[in-house]
Amino acid sequence: MIAIIDYEAGNLTSVARALRHIGVECRITKQHDEILASERVIFPGVGAAGEAMEIIRREGLDGVIRETIEQGKPFLGICLGAQIILGESEEDNGTPCLGIIPGTAKRFRSEGIKIPHMGWNDISIARSHPLLEGVDARAQFYFVHSYYPAPEKQEDIIATTDYGLIFASIIGHGNVIATQFHLEKSGRHGLQILKNFCSWNGRE
Amino acid sequence: MLSKRIIICLDVREGKTTKGIKFKRNVDIGDPVAMAAQYYEQGVDELVFYDITASSDKRDIIIDVVENVAKEIFIPFSVGGGIRSLDDMHRVLAAGAEKISINTAAVEDPDLIYKGAKAFGSQCIVLGMDAKRVEKTPSIPSGYEVYIHGGRTPVAMDAIQWARRAQDLGAGEICLNSIDADGTNAGYELILTSLLSEAVSIPVIASGGAGEPQHLYDVFNSSGADAALIASMVHYQRYTVAQIKEYLAQKGVPVRTFI
Repeated sequence: MIAIIDYEAGNLTSVARALRHIGVECRITKQHDEILASERVIFPGVGAAGEAMEIIRREGLDGVIRETIEQGKPFLGICLGAQIILGESEEDNGTPCLGIIPGTAKRFRSEGIKIPHMGWNDISIARSHPLLEGVDARAQFYFVHSYYPAPEKQEDIIATTDYGLIFASIIGHGNVIATQFHLEKSGRHGLQILKNFCSWNGRE
Repeated sequence: MLSKRIIICLDVREGKTTKGIKFKRNVDIGDPVAMAAQYYEQGVDELVFYDITASSDKRDIIIDVVENVAKEIFIPFSVGGGIRSLDDMHRVLAAGAEKISINTAAVEDPDLIYKGAKAFGSQCIVLGMDAKRVEKTPSIPSGYEVYIHGGRTPVAMDAIQWARRAQDLGAGEICLNSIDADGTNAGYELILTSLLSEAVSIPVIASGGAGEPQHLYDVFNSSGADAALIASMVHYQRYTVAQIKEYLAQKGVPVRTFI
């Protein structure tokens, strides 16, 4: 069973629907024991970092997320989930985040681009990863965001995307992986990565 | 590179897709869920469902449509028409839509944009704006006036000023429907689309008038639109999404062709 972490916001049901479509059982939950007992964990999301972190802390989910990651469980962040696993976010006047991957979620500032970055864009693979197996280099993915992940270490960058600047659109370390784009809204190729996650053993 | 989006619009009346000309004379053309699934397979980038069911007591029909569409397609889609409260928005989003388009309700209560953006994020709130060319006056300096009630009622507001205000209130995107161009198949309203793209920093969707792939090229090439809405040119099988994208790609417009 896959636990989708319920932090009272975001597009939790869209991710659940996509998983059901590919024949995978999941549950949207904030129950600590249920998350800890699950086989793998997804943290999806849209919304603001400040409010999300507030709810995560209030519900004690920060500790649970850290524990599941220490257990070696495959962990997937989507969109906001790729930002709150960093050390901090510039959103909401600076928000301390979970600090699982060192780095910062930064706001797009480049001249001449529209914010949010909204629509289908390419990814350029920086290093191979089991989740990208069978994903064609020509595939595009659906993005909607105003902040982007900026991990400190080059080795934590799995893929990049060009929008005014080159930013990390897939980051990961060990059993943790996160996509800035929406896997559940990126058609066949997004579903392929979700499928890969559902059979991933958490090792690179 | 970020692709220009091709968005198919399905007007839904009492559970059926319809198509009108200049917002009138609607005829039924099919089942929205089946049509959505077919366009998803063809590689459309996004879908919009406008609920043009007149009576609010039949509102649940659109929720059913949204739920059934959400089970079949895995690209973003939005819903507009008759959404007047945070509660309405919540129901549509919970049923599986990605975005909400508000038009008349936003004009009557601009605070709804702010409240919606705060509750669900700016990326969820699309301002739908129906505009018509009029004479330039001090209160309508751009020469384009905002209309509500499905294009029937002018409200003496300037389209550009209203778009800027909506952006400040938290709208994440603007879908500009030209009443003059709607259903004509003669091309998008390029002047207004350009004015609007320059005036706001959020994405702009051009809508109304597409009849040929050339019209999409024109609006992407000359007006700064980020996305283009199409309807009859695909609903009546004159073109497939793939044909339109192939045409645009050949002319150098960045589009998503590998589906």
